[in-house]
Amino acid sequence: MAEQAATDLRTTYTETSGLRSIASDFSSDRQAFRNVSWGKAMMWIFLLSDTFVFSCFLISYMTARMSTTVPWPNTSEVFALTIGGKSLPLILIAIMTFVLISSSGTMAMAVNFGYRRDRRKTAILMLVTALLGTTFVGMQAFEWTKLIHEGVRPWANPWGAAQFGSSFFMITGFHGTHVSIGVIFLLVIARKVWRGDFDQERRGFFTSRKGRYESVEIMGLYWHFVDLVWVFIFAFFYLW
Amino acid sequence: MAQGGAHAQGQQHPIKLYLVVWAWLFVLSACSYFVDYFQVQGLLRYALIVLFMLLKAGLIVAIFMHMAWERLSLVYAILVPISAVLVFVAIMVLESDYTLLSRIVFFGSGS
Repeated sequence: MAEQAATDLRTTYTETSGLRSIASDFSSDRQAFRNVSWGKAMMWIFLLSDTFVFSCFLISYMTARMSTTVPWPNTSEVFALTIGGKSLPLILIAIMTFVLISSSGTMAMAVNFGYRRDRRKTAILMLVTALLGTTFVGMQAFEWTKLIHEGVRPWANPWGAAQFGSSFFMITGFHGTHVSIGVIFLLVIARKVWRGDFDQERRGFFTSRKGRYESVEIMGLYWHFVDLVWVFIFAFFYLW
Repeated sequence: MAQGGAHAQGQQHPIKLYLVVWAWLFVLSACSYFVDYFQVQGLLRYALIVLFMLLKAGLIVAIFMHMAWERLSLVYAILVPISAVLVFVAIMVLESDYTLLSRIVFFGSGS
């Protein structure tokens, strides 16, 4: 009898879809998101909070830019590079964008090979992702150096509105920090994959929990988020 | 059930799908870049930039971050709070217009 009831309950959980699945998820007294592991749910919640932080930065930049009476520097010219005697607008930013998108591509494939339990390919793809991430940070360091030489400071710049400097260092700096932390995170997980920790269910250093290949997907969520934020920075800061 | 199925096998999707999305992200980024390169101005510029931005963001979240296959309750738990940010954007656009007007009226240009 009780077993029958339990089976019925299970069927209602697994067979519902659409709005009914939301109702059954949120009215569940065990866990809110059925079939979503705690690790994945927690990473999503962290990313949601991070979204708010980045949103606050971008919205304050928008407010500063829209309300200042001083002309805003022309980003197309500020971020132009002279290559072979020809000035190319925004070329560095375009290359950085392609590098970061490629790293997202290799990361997505790493997650896929992780679930196929192909240790070698997963680890190599994660290392390629880390390498592309490092390239991105390196190019950002070059960009910062160039602008600092041209006299851009958090409180001033040679082309107009002082808020340009503060927004630039704040937004790209915070994003660059995320990329750098992501690279470290990638290397840690890549090492675990390479060593076979997820096959042997070896316990983690901090958590004492058994590692699973899902860690690669959770790591991937963070990495794609970093790429996602760059999509918005690229559009709002460099193209606007 | 499709949603549960993807989890049971741990988000297994064909590699080809990721390569196609990757290619699209390249194309869309190139499109955004050319908006600036050819100096498209005015309303068309903003419309194109926002369009390419949203398409890229959508592809990354839906396919790379697997949201297309997640449970609807998780999807809503993430997307509903983010839509509040759009309200915040609208409020700050109005606010900054007002600030700009006040600055022009009371300080003249140049402050």
